[in-house]
Amino acid sequence: MDLKNLESLSFFYPEIILAGTILLLIVVDLLVRSQRLLATIAVIGCLGSLLATLDLYSGQQGWLFHRMIILDNFSLFFKVFALVATILTVWMSLGSDEIRQVHQGEYYTLLLTCALGMFFMASSSNLLMAYLSLEMVSLTSYVLTGFLPHNRRSSEAALKYLIYGGVASGTMIYGMSWIYGMTGSLDYAAIQAALTQSEVSKVTLFMAFVFILAGFGYKIVFVPFHMWSPDVYEGAPIPFTAFLSVASNAAGVAIMIRFFFPGVSRLGDDGAWALVSGVEWPHVLLLLSMITMTVGNLCALNQRNLKRMLAYSGIAHAGYMMMGLTVLTNEGLTAILFYVVVYLIMNLGAFLVVVMIANATGNEEIESYRGLAWRGAVIPAACFAIFLFSLTGLPPFAGFVGKFFLFAAVLNQGGVFVILALVAVLNSVISLYYYARIVKTMFLDSPNPGERSLSIAANNFTLLIPLTALTIIFGIYFSPLVYYTRQSLRFFVK
Amino acid sequence: MEHVLSYMTFIPIAGMVVVLLLPSNSANLIRWVSAAFTVPPLLMACWLFANFDTTKPGLQFVERASWIPAYNIQYLVGVDGLSISMVLLTALLCFLCIFASWGIDKGVKGYFALFLLLDAGMMGVFVALDFFLFFIFWEVMLLPMYFLIGIWGGPRREYAAIKFFLYTLFGSGLILLAIIALYFGSEPHTFDMTVLMSQASRYGTDVLPFWPFNVLGWGFQHAVWMALFIGFAIKIPAFPFHTWLPDAHVEAPTAISVILAGVLLKMGTYGILRTNFPMLPVATADLAFWFLGALGAWNIIYGAFCAMAQKDLKKLVAYSSVSHMGYVMLGMASFTTQGINGAVLQMFNHGTITGMLFLLVGVIYDRAHHRDIEGFGGLAAIMPLYTGVTALAFFASMGLPGLSGFISEILVLLGTWQKYPVLTIIGASGVILTAGYLLWTMQRVYLGPPNEKYKNLPEINGREMFTLVPLGAIVILVGIYPNVVLDLLRASLDHLNQIVLPHLHS
Repeated sequence: MDLKNLESLSFFYPEIILAGTILLLIVVDLLVRSQRLLATIAVIGCLGSLLATLDLYSGQQGWLFHRMIILDNFSLFFKVFALVATILTVWMSLGSDEIRQVHQGEYYTLLLTCALGMFFMASSSNLLMAYLSLEMVSLTSYVLTGFLPHNRRSSEAALKYLIYGGVASGTMIYGMSWIYGMTGSLDYAAIQAALTQSEVSKVTLFMAFVFILAGFGYKIVFVPFHMWSPDVYEGAPIPFTAFLSVASNAAGVAIMIRFFFPGVSRLGDDGAWALVSGVEWPHVLLLLSMITMTVGNLCALNQRNLKRMLAYSGIAHAGYMMMGLTVLTNEGLTAILFYVVVYLIMNLGAFLVVVMIANATGNEEIESYRGLAWRGAVIPAACFAIFLFSLTGLPPFAGFVGKFFLFAAVLNQGGVFVILALVAVLNSVISLYYYARIVKTMFLDSPNPGERSLSIAANNFTLLIPLTALTIIFGIYFSPLVYYTRQSLRFFVK
Repeated sequence: MEHVLSYMTFIPIAGMVVVLLLPSNSANLIRWVSAAFTVPPLLMACWLFANFDTTKPGLQFVERASWIPAYNIQYLVGVDGLSISMVLLTALLCFLCIFASWGIDKGVKGYFALFLLLDAGMMGVFVALDFFLFFIFWEVMLLPMYFLIGIWGGPRREYAAIKFFLYTLFGSGLILLAIIALYFGSEPHTFDMTVLMSQASRYGTDVLPFWPFNVLGWGFQHAVWMALFIGFAIKIPAFPFHTWLPDAHVEAPTAISVILAGVLLKMGTYGILRTNFPMLPVATADLAFWFLGALGAWNIIYGAFCAMAQKDLKKLVAYSSVSHMGYVMLGMASFTTQGINGAVLQMFNHGTITGMLFLLVGVIYDRAHHRDIEGFGGLAAIMPLYTGVTALAFFASMGLPGLSGFISEILVLLGTWQKYPVLTIIGASGVILTAGYLLWTMQRVYLGPPNEKYKNLPEINGREMFTLVPLGAIVILVGIYPNVVLDLLRASLDHLNQIVLPHLHS
């Protein structure tokens, strides 16, 4: 279906509810200054939007608003994802001392606006819309990164983020202009039609793709567009760092899959995607994937600040996820969707522990984790260990299953992709070293003499325990998640 | 008793949960509860031993349930002659090691909880017949091992723990890739080991057209074989992947050393016999001489020479393990009835004998707080009973007739002689080296004038004897009547040999 503006509204509930919540938050913030109330409103709004999204799932598919955005299972999957990430982040923010100092109303407003931007990132079917949604997410992210008042690191990180983001999106829109020049259209379907029908210069098209990749790559954080991430992770308030690491990454994955797969490629009968003009695309992605995971893991080895380490680990995980893109099959894409969900659970869990410990000790240096398990924080330490081993990809945790599917997708292709799988295995071994170093610091090292035992606030456990449980459950019984991701890989093309 | 194998695997996990719920200050309660949870698996192991049909080569006590249907992943467990001896060994050693851990007084709750998880992981590896399940158990075992060495180990425990972890993870990464490759090679795609075995002919042996495979003349099957082999060789540990072992053994607490040597090392050779042999028979036939036979012979000699040079008693035992596992590899490579039966019997015997050796080292370390071979002398006069048990273990380890080590080593050498006389001579000379370093150690530690410093060392106590006596009894029993174990193995191993034999060239 191809709907006009007013008709589209009836398929636009989730966004309307979310936008309404954002406005409500601004108004309420003027009247009452209560963090709890604001967070409750934000969560209720997100839940409402979530219900509306689930209601549309597997329903009608089509273009909305004159082919500006697409409604299909794929976009709904990422909408659900963004909402879940937002709800968890709001929950996490409630338990964070850092957030308690900042302007509450603005914080939640911006967070939800960011989520709204992600909605559009996942569903845009027009280059202009893609650019605008990406900028919407970026702009709110810049502000939220610099949200800690009178904090040099936070402000510096925001500025760096802004500059890198400006360059990346500038490059991207330049690439888009090339595409427009070649095809005369901004609409994905029209672009695809033009590319298949008329002869276009392969080199030009390839260059245009590389430019566009800069913008997407900067959101997914892969090398060489990764430089902003360690500083931003270190400077931003921890709950927002957590949000950034999972939701922003996932939205980048969504917009990239949307553009490169149903946008400009064609799905064959065998579940393999063929790029219209025979550009040697997989090899570029293959190389990028290998470099990204290796650089991320090697840089993480010597980090002393936990947020920086998690930033580099995030880069490495972006590299793993790209393995699924390189093979250009539906199997690979399913593996990515699966990994994104698993990564959400384990990475948010890891950041939640960082929040808890930062509340108790006031910093995020690894040194302050020394002997954590023997200082009255054995449950957070054990949960952290589970999240970290899951990030490494050890069974019986969810991270293993995620990696397993990625490896399976890559090995199924055979040939040169076996090298990619081998590099990924080596990278898992490298990553174990730094993840296990944290575990070692928490469990194997004895606390410094004279260090008092920590008082861990109990309110964060309500979130920590479910996340840990999910990490284990999805490691052992992942059938439902597999089903859900397979269902979600349904694109509306025409 | 339909689900006996599942009970054996999951009762320790139930034990772990119970231990975690106990108050952490009641150390003795935790110890007794943990011990109680290792008794049912031991009793079930005895029941298995009594009810195992030794005439059948196939799998017995099989349980099958669908687990992740979308990927054809099953919960599939069972035992055959290959795994039953390992299951018995695991059940026995886990029970005994609980008592060998009695002296642990730091973080008792954590220690025993992790120990029980380790127990479950090991049992699972030996009974799992679905590759996915196998891999999960294989990795589940790593985590408790890392913590057990890293928290309760010696002075360099952190280094040893992470080294063990990294080596093994590298190996298991390769195993995972091989598993996926086998999965996609089968039709319909499956992780079921029994199906993979029956589809062995599907895995191509045509030479792959790119380096290094075109030079070596290796096909897909050889590449997968190599990935699996490296993964398992790290566990064995075969030269040059053995360097984690001395570190891990020396730093680990006594009971964990026993488990490491007694059970974990066997997983390497078990894995090769379980997967490489029946699933990739052509590659096995092509590669066994160099990678199992020659490497095994080299392991024997190399391990023995390294052991001879050690000053630390525990390190000596660790290197003797490297040497003794070489016999297993050598026997496997011969593809003769004696050779392969000897190899698996050696796996069992090494578990009991080295288990004893590590327990004995632990006894002396608990008293003297060092393990320096040169630092003792004349212990025989001070602790005669202890010395007697040690002598039994030493003689068994060196292969004295009448004790279990002799039977397995002679079987291996007899089997190998028919195929590779040169390797047999090299392997047999390892026996002399073994006698050399063990007798030399005997002389330096136990004989000679008593060391004044240790005049008042207490004699070995009842609890320690309790852990040693069952192992010693098995060593003597198998030495006199090896058919107790051999009967279990024979049918399955002959069947295994028959799969590979048609593909051998000579």
